[in-house]
Amino acid sequence: MSILGTRVVRTEDPRLLTQGGVYTDDLRIPELDGAARITFVHSPIAHARITGIDTGAALASPGVVAVLTAADMDDIPAGDGRPTAEPLLAADRVRYVGEAVAIVVTEQGYQGEDAAELVSVDYDPLPAVVDFDDALAGGTLLFDGTDSNVIRTGGEPAPPGAFDGCEVVVQRTFPNQRLAPLPLEGRAAAARWADGRLTLWASTQNAQLARDALAAAVGLDAAAVRVVAPDVGGGFGAKIATDRDTIIVAWAAKHLGRPVRWVETRNENLLGMVHGRAQRHTITIGGNRDGRILAYHLDIVQDAGAYPRGATFLPGLTQLMASGVYDLAYCGSAFRSVLTSTMPIGAYRGAGRPEATAAIERAVDLFAAEIGMDPAEIRRRNVVAPEAFPYTTPSGAVYDTGDYAAALEAVLDGAGYKELREEQARRRARGGPVQLGLGLATYVEITAGDGGGETARVVVDATGAVTVYTGSSPHGQGHQTAFAMLVTDQLGIPMDKITVIHGDTDQVPTGIGTFGSRSLQLGGTAVHQATIQVKDQAREVAAAMIEASETDLELDTATGIWQVRGDPDTALSWAEVAAQAGPAGLAADVEFRADSPTFPFGAHLAVVEVDTQTGKATLIRHVTVDDAGTVLNPVLAEGQRHGGIAQGAAQALLEEMRYDPEGNPLTSTLADYAAITATELPSFELLAMETPTSVNELGVKGIGEAGTIGATPAVHNAVIDAVAHLGVRHIDMPATPQRVWAAISEAKGSA
Amino acid sequence: MVNGAPVAAEVEDRLLLVHFLREAAGLTATNVGCDTTSCGACTVLLDGESVKSCTVLAAQADGRQVTTVEGLAGPDGELHPMQRAFRAEHGLQCGFCTPGMVMASVSLLRENPHPTEAEVRAGLEGNLCRCTGYHNIVRAVLAAAEEGLGSAPGESVR
Repeated sequence: MSILGTRVVRTEDPRLLTQGGVYTDDLRIPELDGAARITFVHSPIAHARITGIDTGAALASPGVVAVLTAADMDDIPAGDGRPTAEPLLAADRVRYVGEAVAIVVTEQGYQGEDAAELVSVDYDPLPAVVDFDDALAGGTLLFDGTDSNVIRTGGEPAPPGAFDGCEVVVQRTFPNQRLAPLPLEGRAAAARWADGRLTLWASTQNAQLARDALAAAVGLDAAAVRVVAPDVGGGFGAKIATDRDTIIVAWAAKHLGRPVRWVETRNENLLGMVHGRAQRHTITIGGNRDGRILAYHLDIVQDAGAYPRGATFLPGLTQLMASGVYDLAYCGSAFRSVLTSTMPIGAYRGAGRPEATAAIERAVDLFAAEIGMDPAEIRRRNVVAPEAFPYTTPSGAVYDTGDYAAALEAVLDGAGYKELREEQARRRARGGPVQLGLGLATYVEITAGDGGGETARVVVDATGAVTVYTGSSPHGQGHQTAFAMLVTDQLGIPMDKITVIHGDTDQVPTGIGTFGSRSLQLGGTAVHQATIQVKDQAREVAAAMIEASETDLELDTATGIWQVRGDPDTALSWAEVAAQAGPAGLAADVEFRADSPTFPFGAHLAVVEVDTQTGKATLIRHVTVDDAGTVLNPVLAEGQRHGGIAQGAAQALLEEMRYDPEGNPLTSTLADYAAITATELPSFELLAMETPTSVNELGVKGIGEAGTIGATPAVHNAVIDAVAHLGVRHIDMPATPQRVWAAISEAKGSA
Repeated sequence: MVNGAPVAAEVEDRLLLVHFLREAAGLTATNVGCDTTSCGACTVLLDGESVKSCTVLAAQADGRQVTTVEGLAGPDGELHPMQRAFRAEHGLQCGFCTPGMVMASVSLLRENPHPTEAEVRAGLEGNLCRCTGYHNIVRAVLAAAEEGLGSAPGESVR
């Protein structure tokens, strides 16, 4: 029986549970002996000219090795000269609170905090731009040499007549608020310059991309740079890019000729790690009173933050997935990405797709409310039919496989939707303070949509042990377990003799990394293919050893023994075969590139209780189908769903990264930023459904982001549903008690 | 005493216990996840009770017993029931919150050996996890409670 599809507990865990992981700041290695500590000096002002930096007092502070500013960075290539180019260290202007202005290098960490306070920066304040409309109006421009804060646009408004023939058209504008990705390990880096090579240890989702980015930034050949990702304590997309802070750390090691380390505080993390989402949506949805939706348009304003990072591409993903699971006669979208005096926006779990799903799932509920139809029924009537796959959307996405109606029905049945609606009706009739809300979301998303491939090298050595080198780079997902399962499945070599190497560019020079739910479908397929090649090599060697025909040989994958079929006297172990494999050994390299992305889908039903006297919404049940094709290891897949659901629910209920009108961050610590806790979540009810893709031979799609994408609109819709009978049609996210209470009060007032 | 062994160092008045553990004692499993005593990644046992070691001065631990996750398994390497339960229930992903989460869970069951799910969730409110959605962490603590912690190796550390 194959191990694939079975519940295998992780091989990563004993080490993590007994000694703890070795994250970047945990490294105690000879290469970093005597490393100095780096502490950043950040701008406390959202928008200002820098008129002077006095480092004298800081330099005189105990333990200070150096204080470095942009003026010291004359030994690296200049920027690309674009007017909106983002500097490594701000030289003459700052554009958001938290922007790095200088670094203090000290013998010990506490000395760095002391000295950083003594760096005196003179700021000449400029007006900050935080509000979308102010930013769009362009009264204050963030960059000289530009005539607008808009950095990119795309798509078109709905053409005249797009909504003709619709009996009902609903339009509404609402935010998809700014979030902090908040991996428990923030950013950290250490670096060393020795023998003409720069080595960077960093908390990154992709060592190879980081190597190339660092090499370009400091003006070295990629061969002169090594990047190592030790254990990485979560990333959620925010550790894809190689941040300027990380590059500065590496540069400082080279500039000073001394190893250095840096780990950010949570306050720095909340201010300086990319934020996610930060869009404003205007939805227009039209259709008939029989429940048929005919036309949909999504207008997106993307808050870019102070510099163009993710905002250049994230709205495009939102556009691509705008039509969701629905078969629409017309679907269009447009976006404008606009600079504001805030932290730049980047990828965060879902990266553009949760925004698309949140918009259309809210729109469908608004339309259903307008025509008085049940949210489940309207979805039934409009989802793409199972026989329509592969289905090409109006935006040009080609959905590979799916059965959206089946996912919806499974969730409705699994949750007991009918009974829940009856309970809701009873509570409404009783009129008590605690009301019940049901929220649905049916979703489809795109995974491995980046177009890149992934590498694998599989080697069986003369002891019969396997080493897998993968370009994919885990930060909690369980690659070691998953990839070892793929190998043991084919070779019959036990899991404990399989080592998975990743995240070290000297050991794995070519690779892309882990993001966009790509690892199993690209990295895993590469491992699978390389494993099969190694098996074919072994068959050839074993056949020669036994002097038998290759076609007569069999590998018993229960025992890992090669033999002529039915003849145990010819048995050979992997070690014996590998020992005879010649100088190249048993080894195969594969770079797998899929022909197209994959499109996981599913349905979520959230059940909330809302205390109408306080506005407090409590998620009491969450039932989901998240179909990501064939499941390799349900333990890992469920774990990804759990975490995704929690982050999705957090956006609906709690989390928001906020700035005041002057650009001062209001949620810059975990005392202010409402990260979701165990008390705010129920246990989740996961239903199984597997619709394989034909895009790769494993049949797998990505599961890393699906939970987040489905959960946000389901929970959001549930809160509104709980108070819909009081006349509430919409509440912005996060649906905090204050907002829910205000919506109820407003509805009462207008009734 | 850290994990049953004496650790002695002259420290600055302001040195936090978590930094003492990581730097002076060389025990890096205990992590720092915030600066406001909010996340619980630094949770250790001080004289058997859970504390957030980012909010305890090293000097305050002078002469007291500190237990970190490195001190939880038995001398022969046998996993503590809580460690076993976290593994069996997939109660960790990236592992960064895990040492603190495990120590908070051990402390939780000492105070309440047979908690309900709601009591487990309330007991872990001060420990953030960004990967698991807490689902499997809660299951792990309930499973460890089911198993009973009385037979646990390493409990004598108290």
